[in-house]
Amino acid sequence: MKIAVCIKQVPDTWSEKRLSPSDATLDRAAAEGVLNELDEYAIEEALRLKEGHGGEVTVVTMGPERAADTIRKALSMGADAGLHLCDEALHGSDACATSDALARILAGRGFDLVIFGCESTDARMSVIPAMVAERLDWPQATFAAEVQVAAGVLTVRRQTEAGVDTVTANLPAVVSVVEKINEPRYPSFKGIMAAKKKPVETLSLADTGIEAATVGLAAAWSAVTDFAARPPRAQGEIMSDDGDGGRRIADYLVTNRLI
Amino acid sequence: MTPMAGVTDPDLLGDLSGLLTDEQRQFAALVRSYLDDQIRPHLSDWFEAGHLPVREIARGLGSLGVLGMQLSDYGCVGADPISYGVVCTELEAADSGLRSLVSVTGSLAMFALRTYGSQQQRTEWLPALARGEAVGCFGLTEPDAGSDPAAMRTTAHRTPGGDWLLNGRKMWITNGSVADIAIVWARTETGIAGFLVPTGTPGFTAVDIPRKMSLRASITSELILDGVRLPADAVLPDVRGLGSALTCLNEARFGIIFGVMGAARDCLTTALEYAHTRQAFGRPIGSFQLQQRALVEMAAAYTSGVLLAHRLGSLKARQGLRPEQVSLGKFANVSAALGIARQARAILGGSGITLDYPIVRHLLNLESVLTYEGTHDIHTLIVGAALTGERAFT
Repeated sequence: MKIAVCIKQVPDTWSEKRLSPSDATLDRAAAEGVLNELDEYAIEEALRLKEGHGGEVTVVTMGPERAADTIRKALSMGADAGLHLCDEALHGSDACATSDALARILAGRGFDLVIFGCESTDARMSVIPAMVAERLDWPQATFAAEVQVAAGVLTVRRQTEAGVDTVTANLPAVVSVVEKINEPRYPSFKGIMAAKKKPVETLSLADTGIEAATVGLAAAWSAVTDFAARPPRAQGEIMSDDGDGGRRIADYLVTNRLI
Repeated sequence: MTPMAGVTDPDLLGDLSGLLTDEQRQFAALVRSYLDDQIRPHLSDWFEAGHLPVREIARGLGSLGVLGMQLSDYGCVGADPISYGVVCTELEAADSGLRSLVSVTGSLAMFALRTYGSQQQRTEWLPALARGEAVGCFGLTEPDAGSDPAAMRTTAHRTPGGDWLLNGRKMWITNGSVADIAIVWARTETGIAGFLVPTGTPGFTAVDIPRKMSLRASITSELILDGVRLPADAVLPDVRGLGSALTCLNEARFGIIFGVMGAARDCLTTALEYAHTRQAFGRPIGSFQLQQRALVEMAAAYTSGVLLAHRLGSLKARQGLRPEQVSLGKFANVSAALGIARQARAILGGSGITLDYPIVRHLLNLESVLTYEGTHDIHTLIVGAALTGERAFT
């Protein structure tokens, strides 16, 4: 089975995120870039499917040059090859352009399954897996908590507010996974050493046939017209307990719809 | 260049991560993230309880490739000395007990088997030790023979049938009571020999040493060998007297030279954060001259210690280290780390003595590191002899 895992480099979860004053996009250079945490679950699931069914795992990313570190990390966990779409013209691309670009580099490579983490910790839109599936015209099974493949059929269990859905689809298909699905493995020293020798193909826009005018900030369907730094945190409300403290705290929580 | 302002990562001052290759940096980052996720949250509790889940940790570290990483073949990674060093730094930045676990497994037990063991001994034990599925320990020191191991009283006698009979006691043995095998050094008719002793052999007992106030997140035992009968092939065939045991110690000491700089880094990082946030007289305490001097002294000692460790690491990779070079490193860096820990403890005031911060744990641990794997005094005299040509002890 040929599996692709789409991954993204995001600013370190704990870092202070900033927008660039020049174009209102995320200032990626200002914080350390790390592999999006949910993508680790996608990689783990792909590796488990490979271990069960044979085949190979290719990690795919679209991002600046340093996003290659993210591919390297996935390779050190055990993925077999990397595919990196890297072009200045892609800077500022929205979900429509990103899904188009990803679908184009995924198509025609013989993948049976494309796995995503269900969201990135920077954009948090969760739409890319569905958009890529639509563009490829493949079935989509998103927010999977369990993935099985047998005889060319994918079975996915997804937890919803109403219960547990069991969804089946024919391969090739697109899946996005939630963090309940598995416990991602750590890389190993041997994995780190082996990763240096694994093939990584780097593509520019020209290699994909995507026109520069259709991607990037200028082609985005929405624009950030203005932004301001978050105001400093205001002083909290201090309640003194005159015997009704519990009730007042409960009222506060209800008023703020926290309970 | 813009001046630095308000850092809490002491490596930035000397751009110390620039000393590393990408691969070394990735090894260190992997170990750091494993420790942050799995180990660090429990350390102060383990230290307080005097406990360490050695087997669980060995399996975890084994799966990363940490155990015996500097050895080649038999499931080991075959990493360069500086890679091993920076991994020791990360381990000891968590706790000296973890670095001790790895030193004893990789540099003592596994190194002894790899260097002096028979093919069968290596094949049977090295892969399991590397995976952390088996745990090893190393018995050289005795209750009455520490700095002078030649005075050891443990004996191994050959029986007429060709078996060996071991009798004696070994003291301060890390991992002793949890180990599957012990590498035991004993006096024979023909000199000092090394033995592979499965700890389940009748006559072998390990008793944990209670009431330790240092290395509490580490198992330390006394081994009692009371007529332990071993087959002829339990001896490590390539051992050539006491020098072979001391060669193993030099491997472990090398890890300490890097390791203690991890403890120092953690103390310095904690002190820097504290100096930024703790207020006195309406200002952060880091704005006072005396606190700044302490922080600068700590940063200077830390940066020098890391540079010395790297120099020794690259010498080891290129041509190997002479014993006095290893002694120089342990002498200088353990002192430096202890000094840094003491200064950090003072900067934190009362907080410096609680387990809510890592300082007092490191400080107490380093008191053990000062005298194990060769006491500070012995290392002083080894370097002294190298400088003057005069041996102060024989």
